[in-house]
Amino acid sequence: MLEHALKGTKKYWAWIFSLSVVIVVGVYFYLKQFHFGLGITGLSRDVSWGFYIAQLTFLVGVAASGVMVVLPYYMHDYKQFGKLTILGEFLAIAAVAMCILFVFVDIGQPIRLMNIILYPSPSSILFWDTVVLSGYMLINIVISHVVLDSERKSIPPPKWIKPVIILSIPWAISIHTVTAFLYAGLAARPFWMTAILAPRFLASAFSSGPALLLVLVFVIKKFTSFDPGKEAVQKLALIITYAMAANIFFILMEFFTAFYSSIPEHIHHFQYLYFGLDGHTTLVPWMWASAILGVTALILLFIPKIRKNENYLFIICVAIFVSIWIDKGLGMVVTGFIPNPLGDVVDYWPTIPEAIISLSIWAIGFFLITVFYKIALSVRKEVMT
Amino acid sequence: MDVTRRKLLKLAGLGALGLTAGKYAKVFANDAFTETTLSEIGTGKRWAMVVDVRKCLVKEDCRECINACHITHNVPNIGNTKDEIKWIWKEDFENVFSDQENHYLKENLKDKRIPIFCNHCDNPPCVRVCPTQATWKREEDGIVMMDWHRCIGCRYCIVACPYGSRSFNWQDPRPFIDNINSEFPTRSKGVVEKCTFCEKRLAEGKQPACVEACKEKALVFGNLNDQNSEVRKLLKENFSLRRKPGLGTEPEIYYLV
Repeated sequence: MLEHALKGTKKYWAWIFSLSVVIVVGVYFYLKQFHFGLGITGLSRDVSWGFYIAQLTFLVGVAASGVMVVLPYYMHDYKQFGKLTILGEFLAIAAVAMCILFVFVDIGQPIRLMNIILYPSPSSILFWDTVVLSGYMLINIVISHVVLDSERKSIPPPKWIKPVIILSIPWAISIHTVTAFLYAGLAARPFWMTAILAPRFLASAFSSGPALLLVLVFVIKKFTSFDPGKEAVQKLALIITYAMAANIFFILMEFFTAFYSSIPEHIHHFQYLYFGLDGHTTLVPWMWASAILGVTALILLFIPKIRKNENYLFIICVAIFVSIWIDKGLGMVVTGFIPNPLGDVVDYWPTIPEAIISLSIWAIGFFLITVFYKIALSVRKEVMT
Repeated sequence: MDVTRRKLLKLAGLGALGLTAGKYAKVFANDAFTETTLSEIGTGKRWAMVVDVRKCLVKEDCRECINACHITHNVPNIGNTKDEIKWIWKEDFENVFSDQENHYLKENLKDKRIPIFCNHCDNPPCVRVCPTQATWKREEDGIVMMDWHRCIGCRYCIVACPYGSRSFNWQDPRPFIDNINSEFPTRSKGVVEKCTFCEKRLAEGKQPACVEACKEKALVFGNLNDQNSEVRKLLKENFSLRRKPGLGTEPEIYYLV
């Protein structure tokens, strides 16, 4: 099936080429980091996880969100999502691939990475995160390959694949729950030590992931004859709406608990995020941008006339994606460290090499998505003609 | 379809139950629900340190313990706070005991800097989170150890430590060590390090380097499981504080104020 990725228009090749350039530049900077050490990043003794781990967290959500098209189709027989499931699964594979790369570049001794498997440590949530992420990747590779292959041969998929697909549903929930547990079980970091972290992660994932899927669908629609159908798009828009509503509701819960209880170590983190702490305001404009984008998008989504207009819907989806990316991919991880356990406020901002390495991993992700979607759509076109 | 689904869910549920009921339940509990300190008394050693803050503050700018430790263990002097590595350092009393919020702190403690170390906790969160068992609590004496050849540098232990006791080598530390002590290993870039309670010196029957270096005798080291040890005597006779005891980590550094 891979041959489909090797045939394409000039625009297709131009896109593939541009992604490759970004990837190559990123590899160059990674080699620099490999040689010098993680000191090349903005990370410090006080803020020891930053942009890389934040991207991992955000992308686990994107990966998990594939379930939002898989579940209605396979569990509730919602046929309208028939054209979207394979795209959701491919998006999940690309997202998990990015997650694994983001863990890899964050490791101080990457050549020892296999120690996680050589010395399995069930008490470490990082061990479980490795297990569930690689399992999820494998499940989705098997499902998408088998389903697409049957489609190519115009035969129904084999029966044994159904339980695998059903398994992928709780598995998707598990990857983001376990990722939340990386944070939520640490007495040292009051900002993350909240039982609502996993539900909040899932809610933000189930709006940002499908939002990205819709953006991709609209782009593909522009360049190809692919059309998932109006009803499917609208149903997905509704899923995004309610997931986003839950997400904003959960954030407000956090605010209430922190500010009404007035416990300083709980308030400080939110102060740092939205108002600035001890004169440090690095994230404040970002967090307000995220809040305004998110709330505005949600209000617009609730207005049927606007939601049903696909031009508006495209912009709203971009806004939701950006809003949640800022919240999870920028603010969430870093703020756990600010202030540090001794009460000091130490700012963090990614350096240029760090940003380029991250961008290049995103480029790898988009490269994979492009190739996967190209194959899926070509196979479908072949079957149709 | 519906029947197979139900069957599958049942099976999955049973499997999960079997797992948790088995050995993994113990792993997750990780001593948190058992009274470790009391029950372990009498079996083997339990190293601990008492810091007499009153004696320590006699010479406020003193760095004898820090210097002795850092020279003994080849701790580099990086020279900036972003990348710095420290096994012992001094912090404001109010930051060290942030849970003792008090605007009318005794004058001799206000704005005073006191030494802090790895607390060698009885229930160490750093050990719990390590994905490679590169850090572990030594059962025979309670020291929280590090294997610098196994550590993959994920820094999860730094994230989990409520005391900021761990440092990471953001670059090769060797160019920043003035005189390399050939008796002790240097570290490579990309691994975490911290105070080891001088386990090497203890094995040779010596006191930790910081204790030996302190001229005011403000640092007292000993075995908590020994009723007649000096640390036990000091704790019996004086009021002591531990850092963030409410977190259940059971730190083994005691401060007399």
